Amino acid sequence: MEPSDTELIAAVRKGDVAQFEPLIARYQPRVFATARRYARREDEIQDIVQEVFIKAFQKLDSFRAEAPFEHWLMRLAVRTCYDFLRVHQRNRETTLTDLSDPEVDWLERFAAGPADNSNNTDAARALVERVMAQLAPEARLVITLLEIEDRSVKEIAQLTGWSIPLVKVRAFRARAQMKKILETLTQEKYL
Amino acid sequence: MDLDQLQQKLMAVAKASPPGDHVPYAFEKRIMARLIAPLPVDVWAVWGRWLWRAVAPCMSVMAALGLWVIATMHPEQESQNLEQAIENTLLSSDDVAGE
Repeated sequence: MEPSDTELIAAVRKGDVAQFEPLIARYQPRVFATARRYARREDEIQDIVQEVFIKAFQKLDSFRAEAPFEHWLMRLAVRTCYDFLRVHQRNRETTLTDLSDPEVDWLERFAAGPADNSNNTDAARALVERVMAQLAPEARLVITLLEIEDRSVKEIAQLTGWSIPLVKVRAFRARAQMKKILETLTQEKYL
Repeated sequence: MDLDQLQQKLMAVAKASPPGDHVPYAFEKRIMARLIAPLPVDVWAVWGRWLWRAVAPCMSVMAALGLWVIATMHPEQESQNLEQAIENTLLSSDDVAGE
């Protein structure tokens, strides 16, 4: 039977550093999935994940076991991703002429019939990535957690360390910013 | 173009394609190697840390010295009588001229 998180953490705290490895192996897929929401390049993703686990190891004494280790680790992961976004902010404005042909095709099909736009999801994904990359770090974080991961405002507040009113304000501003980006992106041709 | 609808559509696409959770081979070994390896010492960081630690004791010493100086200071007799002190100051130039 595999040792529980609590047992492994207790062993690490007593100085048995090797017991941290099963914890990494257990939770690294989730941390990788989280990091891939905010970074594209594989080397950046690996750096984020590595930083998350190093921080977790260094701060393990502050883990109070009031909530599951996974929740504590995911909070750390989200905050590390936010730090990454702040450092690597590159929100260059994109216009329609910057889009690839499949992205323009997708937008044209959407303009022709918004309901019938199920094919070429790769182009749509690229478009999403392009829009998300232009959002401010806090806007990208809140849109990802709220709209894509379907988390509640309370959950986001716990994950980010922001207050509930701040999450609401940032969500409102993020949606407005996203709308503005889409407007810039499409205004040359469709507005 | 309906931007709200476009926004919803794009969010639906993002929701429908969650990122993969695959992990590079032996990634946990790489992290463990980093954790076990001794960290290089950053001399400036250590110096900075010690400076910050010295702030509180230095402030305490400064405050204690300040209090001690105030407590041991004996105000001059003349200064208790403001009127006399002003008169002495004003007439001091006459005294010098008279000499």
